[in-house]
Amino acid sequence: MNAPVSPFARLGNRRTVRLDQIPESTIETFRAAIATAVDEGWRIVSLFGTPETATSVRLIAVVADDERGQLGAASTVVGERYPAIAGVCTQASVFEREIAEQCGVSPEGHPRLTPLRRHPPDHRPSNWTGSPAPFQRDAYPFSRLEGDEVHEVAVGPVHAGIIEPGHFRFQAHGEEVLSLEIMLGYQHRGVERLLEGRDAPRAMLVAESVAGDSVIAHANAYCGALEALARCHKSARAQSIRGIALEFERLANHVGDLGALAGDVAYQPAAAFFGRLRGDCLNMLMTLSGNRFGRGLIRPGGAAFDIPQAMALDLLARTRRLERELQPVAELFFGAASVQSRLEGVGVVTHDACIEHGFVGPVARASEVHRDVRHDHPFGVFRFAQIPVATAWGGDVYARALIRWIEIQRSLEFVREQLGALPAGDARVPCDALRPSELVVAMEEGWRGEVVHTVLTDERGHIRRHKVTDPSLRNWTALALAMPGNQISDFPLCNKSFNLSYAGHDL
Amino acid sequence: MFDLLRTRLAQGRQTVAFPSDAITFPERFRGRPIVERDGHAALDLGPCLFAPEDATDTPERRVAFTHDYRLSSRTRDGLVSNGGPLDIPTPLDQAMRKLLGRSLRLRSVVAGSCNGCEAELTAASNVVFDMARFGVQFVASPRHADGIVITGSVNANMRDALERTYAAVPDPRIVIAVGACAASGGPFRGSDQAGTGVPQSIPVDLWIAGCPPHPLTILDGLLGLLGRIERGDRHPVPAVAAEP
Repeated sequence: MNAPVSPFARLGNRRTVRLDQIPESTIETFRAAIATAVDEGWRIVSLFGTPETATSVRLIAVVADDERGQLGAASTVVGERYPAIAGVCTQASVFEREIAEQCGVSPEGHPRLTPLRRHPPDHRPSNWTGSPAPFQRDAYPFSRLEGDEVHEVAVGPVHAGIIEPGHFRFQAHGEEVLSLEIMLGYQHRGVERLLEGRDAPRAMLVAESVAGDSVIAHANAYCGALEALARCHKSARAQSIRGIALEFERLANHVGDLGALAGDVAYQPAAAFFGRLRGDCLNMLMTLSGNRFGRGLIRPGGAAFDIPQAMALDLLARTRRLERELQPVAELFFGAASVQSRLEGVGVVTHDACIEHGFVGPVARASEVHRDVRHDHPFGVFRFAQIPVATAWGGDVYARALIRWIEIQRSLEFVREQLGALPAGDARVPCDALRPSELVVAMEEGWRGEVVHTVLTDERGHIRRHKVTDPSLRNWTALALAMPGNQISDFPLCNKSFNLSYAGHDL
Repeated sequence: MFDLLRTRLAQGRQTVAFPSDAITFPERFRGRPIVERDGHAALDLGPCLFAPEDATDTPERRVAFTHDYRLSSRTRDGLVSNGGPLDIPTPLDQAMRKLLGRSLRLRSVVAGSCNGCEAELTAASNVVFDMARFGVQFVASPRHADGIVITGSVNANMRDALERTYAAVPDPRIVIAVGACAASGGPFRGSDQAGTGVPQSIPVDLWIAGCPPHPLTILDGLLGLLGRIERGDRHPVPAVAAEP
């Protein structure tokens, strides 16, 4: 058999590739190559469109082989319609809905082409003036079940608590959910367009506001992309500070999620204790950066704030205290039979579904999928200080809670280690102009999962396309899959166990 | 059971005795900025994102952050600092306060935000900040609410839902705008899909600045509105934030 020329250019996490080195193939070859790669165990990390000429769109796909820590990039150029990749590869489905909406192209034969964020196309070739998208923005075609006792329950966009807006449509039989469809886009702010603007200091602040609970993850990925394109080499110290901040962010959110789960099953003591301890994690980020969410800390070239020795010792002491205080609360929570019986077997996501749809983060790891950017595609401090991948089986609310607790302990261990031995170096070095006509993929394991910033520069070194992929983009489908067969009244609990971002999805 | 009680005892009392506690922040905390060496030192805190880059020191102008966390006003113009602290928000009038009694029930409407302000609103209800002890609680329906809290830039996709929620709250109703986005569009200003804050059609009773505001900033604003903070309760917190 003649080995065909690989349609994918090799690259790695934060390793750039020249645009002319990315193989361009016909849409048929491109489509088949993605389907084959996914069959062979690769998965889609990024798939997006950008105007090529006034009448065509360039599609770029980035795929990952997690076991070997490799990435591959391929591209093709399409007109107003092309055969949907989702027809042969489920993982492409959500990305193609995004492409259809942003670029105004029509992936023909897409199994369910519905609006993703409901906004006018903002990356459409200039000469296309017809219908802006292959679907109607204002009339979302909810699927509907018919039957004597089947009824429909609609929730949102304004929710019954302090929750971001989204719309959930259940088809139910009594209390039992038959299907759930999720319509999002209410938080759409046009983030990518702002990141593609010329005002770099401003774009940094936008990157910190993709998802307000994942400031560090998105800022790290954003800066990682720019630094790779500028050939900027951060100090080991800066990498360590970024790792510490990322793990503090994970700690705050995981601890907060355990508290929220306790609240949703009406186990008030754990809800109150975890809630307070979450605040302690945020306050450590505030000590570091001056802001409870770490805003202002991560900047191109490193970190805006250093960690002086006295602060490292203070944070170390507070981390130890946090560890001591978390332990008995976690024992209470996981030891209570009334809690366990409410978490087990609820909202199951199967291992196969995770592989098929390409779910990421704790959602995938709770279904025994070994997938963690820090381990599979390590960068910065994670090349030297490895954090073992935490997995659980069962894929239910209990497994997702357990993953958080395991990751809390490992993050604490990592933070203690780093604070105890901060490497020398400047916290921040200059980060200059970006190289022209290159592509870079910066992946980061945020607390919610894989955050990806893919950046393309034009021939003058300006940003031509900035693609943000929050883990929520992929994982919302997991919530929809987890609900059928469960009771409607379990939805809040289920939803909380995923705790996905609306802002990160809607951009 | 004994484990539960033991853990509860070990937790102790965690609630801050607001507003009477002397409040300290870590040295890098960025509160209200001050301007020096400038002809007109006015600074609008509405759109301020409190980024470390905002602190500048040139021969013409010096901007530095203080630890002053009190960033609320009854009017949008009131968020413009003339260099000194902002005035305490004027309390609601007597009739309105009588109507509310000791409780204020609010409905949250999130409209094109990043979820940062929402996280701090949630934190304001936890055991540390415990907003509920002042009678302030979030409720599940606009019909049960005395008013709404708006966060976010009021983007195109949420404008209709916001207006309908506002209309569903019985009169008289209070509107509280929280965060830089609600005051100005925040970091998303200039995007045609994001808005520039709460539209004129919805009259705002209280503006709280910040990106996002600290839970104590939120608490301070709400207590000011309810007339439960006196001038003497406000400790001076003039320290200047450490710069990078």
